[in-house]
Amino acid sequence: MEQTTPKTEFLAGLRDMIPMIVGAIPFGIIFGAVAVTGGLSPAATQGMSLFVFAGSAQFIAAGLIAEGIPPGIIILTTFIVNLRHALYGASLAPYLKHLPQKWLVPFGFLLTDETYAVTIRRYQERGVGPHGHWYYIASALFMYTNWQICTLIGIVTGRSLQGAANWGLDFAMVATFIGITVPLIVNRPMLVCTLVAGVTAVLANGLPNKLGLMLAALLGIGAGVLAESFRLGGQPEVATVEGDA
Amino acid sequence: MSDALLLLGMMLVTFGVRYPTLAIIGRLDLPDPFFRALRFVPPAVLTAIIAPAMLMPAGPLDISHTNAYLVAGIASVGVAWWRKNLLLTILVGMAVFLLWRVAVGG
Repeated sequence: MEQTTPKTEFLAGLRDMIPMIVGAIPFGIIFGAVAVTGGLSPAATQGMSLFVFAGSAQFIAAGLIAEGIPPGIIILTTFIVNLRHALYGASLAPYLKHLPQKWLVPFGFLLTDETYAVTIRRYQERGVGPHGHWYYIASALFMYTNWQICTLIGIVTGRSLQGAANWGLDFAMVATFIGITVPLIVNRPMLVCTLVAGVTAVLANGLPNKLGLMLAALLGIGAGVLAESFRLGGQPEVATVEGDA
Repeated sequence: MSDALLLLGMMLVTFGVRYPTLAIIGRLDLPDPFFRALRFVPPAVLTAIIAPAMLMPAGPLDISHTNAYLVAGIASVGVAWWRKNLLLTILVGMAVFLLWRVAVGG
């Protein structure tokens, strides 16, 4: 294994996030613009990015605020929209168990789809090593900083940059997630998992509050586990830990 | 003031979803099958994000050559499968996406 230092891990975390940052730029700008035009004050709009830091939930909350929905409902909705993060946390946890709270608390606060995707790939390929937490924090802080700046740009520019949705930058995230996911499909259970998750996500896309995504993820995981146990039959479980890659 | 309470509530529930599993599960003595199931989290969640983004970028299902997300997504899957190289996948995917939108006018 190559020699790592906090600095090399930090720089790698920044580097690997670049496509995610590109993809997030229009979302941040549009969020800032949509929230203030919907009636949220500029301070509260920036505050939401600073203290909540959850793109999809912020968008949905901005929409609910504009409709005059009571705060209690908005908070409950935020909780539901963010449920997938519990899966991310569980997935990352085995790699982070040696870390003290002073790392885990900011890691929890800064967890996003993007940082999860990039970091779990890194840890699965190379392990976490003595300095792997610097990779995570670099990825997360890059995302956080970018989100603040883009929110501010959206607040200031308002409707004039609404066309950001059509810049096509959002495809950077799709391409990155594809590039991370496809190499994971090394055996039949993984293939079953992705097919079930993908089909369910499309069929259930109409469900509110990202529940379709959550349902698709859970069914995909379940299908993968089922396919694996089916394939193994009565064989000892040990043989499967790394799949048959 | 009510904005501050709303933000506080949103912050607490968001952290309350993100932090507990991340901080606790690694320290619990859970059975092996649980950790094997966790290996399916990345492909399941990421596919659940990718599939609607490719097939229904504007909301309704759109399986046509004018859907640049679908065309470039298929190209990205092909490159990722063929070369297993993330950076190449992103670059080819973005190039196909942007060129396709220019060519087809999407």
